[in-house]
Amino acid sequence: MTEALVRDLEAARLRYVLQLADTSLVLAQRLGEWVGHAPALEEDLGLANVALDLLGQARLLLGYAAELEGRGRSEDDLAFSRDQGEFLNVTLAEQPNGDFACTIVRQVLIDAFQLELYDSLQRSSDHRLAEIAAKSLKETRYHLAYSAGWLLRLGDGTAESHARSQAALDALWRFTVELFAADDSDTAAADAGIAPHLSELEPRWSERIQELLRQATLMPPPHTPYRWQGKRGEHSEHLGYLLADMQFLYRAYPGARW
Amino acid sequence: MYTQGLDQHGRQEAQPAAAESAVLGARFQARIDAEERIEPKDWMPEAYRQTLIRQISQHAHSEIVGMLPEGNWITRAPSLRRKAVLIAKVQDEGGHGMYLYSAAETLGISREQMLAQLNAGTAKYSSIFNYPTPTWADVGAIGWLVDGAAIINQIPLCRCSYGPYARAMVRICKEESFHQRQGFEIMLALSRGTPAQRRMAQEALERWWWPALMMFGPSDAESKHTAQSMRWKIKRFSNDELRQHFVDVTVPQAEYLGLEVPDPELQRDAASGHYRFGAIDWSEFQDVLRGSGPCNRERAAARRRADEEGRWVREAAAAHAAKRAAPSGAPP
Amino acid sequence: MIEPAMTPEWSLYEVFIRARSGLEHKHVGSVHAADAPMALQHARDVYTRRQEGVSIWVVKSVDIVASDPADADAWFEPARDKIYRHPTFYAIPDEVKNL
Repeated sequence: MTEALVRDLEAARLRYVLQLADTSLVLAQRLGEWVGHAPALEEDLGLANVALDLLGQARLLLGYAAELEGRGRSEDDLAFSRDQGEFLNVTLAEQPNGDFACTIVRQVLIDAFQLELYDSLQRSSDHRLAEIAAKSLKETRYHLAYSAGWLLRLGDGTAESHARSQAALDALWRFTVELFAADDSDTAAADAGIAPHLSELEPRWSERIQELLRQATLMPPPHTPYRWQGKRGEHSEHLGYLLADMQFLYRAYPGARW
Repeated sequence: MYTQGLDQHGRQEAQPAAAESAVLGARFQARIDAEERIEPKDWMPEAYRQTLIRQISQHAHSEIVGMLPEGNWITRAPSLRRKAVLIAKVQDEGGHGMYLYSAAETLGISREQMLAQLNAGTAKYSSIFNYPTPTWADVGAIGWLVDGAAIINQIPLCRCSYGPYARAMVRICKEESFHQRQGFEIMLALSRGTPAQRRMAQEALERWWWPALMMFGPSDAESKHTAQSMRWKIKRFSNDELRQHFVDVTVPQAEYLGLEVPDPELQRDAASGHYRFGAIDWSEFQDVLRGSGPCNRERAAARRRADEEGRWVREAAAAHAAKRAAPSGAPP
Repeated sequence: MIEPAMTPEWSLYEVFIRARSGLEHKHVGSVHAADAPMALQHARDVYTRRQEGVSIWVVKSVDIVASDPADADAWFEPARDKIYRHPTFYAIPDEVKNL
């Protein structure tokens, strides 16, 4: 391999790891907002559990990304000093919590995606990623059981919960296209065996989601054209506010240790 | 610590009308004196039951309201490790609330009723949670001082006469020690940090010191319930004893941090080994208890909002379960 | 009228945890849930955060059948004087092995 190709591959690897890390980090951040305000005390604990798992994944992945980057930065430097243009999470993760239905719909869509993703990543040519994926997969299985259970209860519960769930699904569906839209980094990573081809993950994800929606008596929304590019650092307006909240203390006291 | 408002409760003990009741009462007290545990379906004086319901439920309410001042900082924690630890801590507090609601429910009150009392303001929670957390240092101060005070109060409760409450306390105490350590660790990092961070820590100590001392409640001479609670071994030490112990163990910790306790009268008495400290301004405590503290409204509003906005969710879950259970419903 | 903060259809479940394989399930407390799978998840989220368990049972509280403490004397006292059920009641000479 030529030097340029190696450089490109390493750049793709770093971007890929950041995509995974940022999606887990941003989603953990959203779930953290619920603690103390959930519909029942038991759900405060349940949502906090998912948040902690996702935060743990983010830390492992950011730690790896920092090593790959080789600039001596830490997981915290990456989390707290990058601006939104450098965040590579999927746009779906940064969408606001809204009501509980919105949070659960967002969670199911991403849980089902991470399930396929981590399962495939266990066979990654990148051993570190494979290890992280194996551990994360166990967590994701539980997350999906939790979120899918709630999707069913809300979709097939009362008229109000059904209406709210359908509204949430209609609002969030357009962000799912991005999950499987491969850009050059995705393709380079897949070709090198680091990542699965997204096109291979889509059918299984789609089948699982369609079945869950059917059981929840929810109508899958129509397909929308792909426009969202969070994975490439082009985000919705929401990420800016999320980062301002998350990063301000680190940025207000540059160099301070906490 | 959790019996605020009990003196105003005004409940009379059921008059022992029949000889049988007097015999039962004597047998009950004998079991207490022999350090036996009372379990849910055992005979107990009505006043014992009501005192425990009140105390345990207010303890539970304190835990869940306590999730709010610290929960404030989850999204803003200055490092990922601190964020994870804080989520785990606040999650623990929710769990503690649950253990305690479970214990109270064994006495014949439901979670629904207890939460209704909290939202209506007829049940109290520890006044300390009506103070704001304006800075990150407040999160550290709460862990160090508030959890520290709670631990001192909770360890004797592990030997409380009522089994479910004692067992819940054992569980809680095991989990609580990490809470205090994470708080102290935050303060340590700040005190070893930049001048701005040290100032942040000092100011937080100044905000939380006196409210933490007030957590132990007024001097026992002021409370007519203390004597009865001691007789029933619900309470093991007086408020003043516990407060003194808190001061004695905490002042050296503040000294280690290089922070100054905001009490000009604080002085170690070489003869007794205890720290003498200044007079507490109980009028502030009374204000907060009456609802005029800095955050009473906000805390109450947050709890009510969570319960109200969660109603459709809980109803949906119940409706779904009913559909599954109905004979003519869809197969599971 | 004060609205109840939790709808009555969420039942109370008692939670039993097996700490390690080889041990029995022990009662650890209770959770509220609308259905059994939720009760199991709640029990897991509340009672096993510190690796306290490998297996969980949840039982609706109303399904627990308990002995009446008022009958404790009649039920449990009679066993007290049946000390011949315990090995220490029997005097076996030291020289005799394997007994």
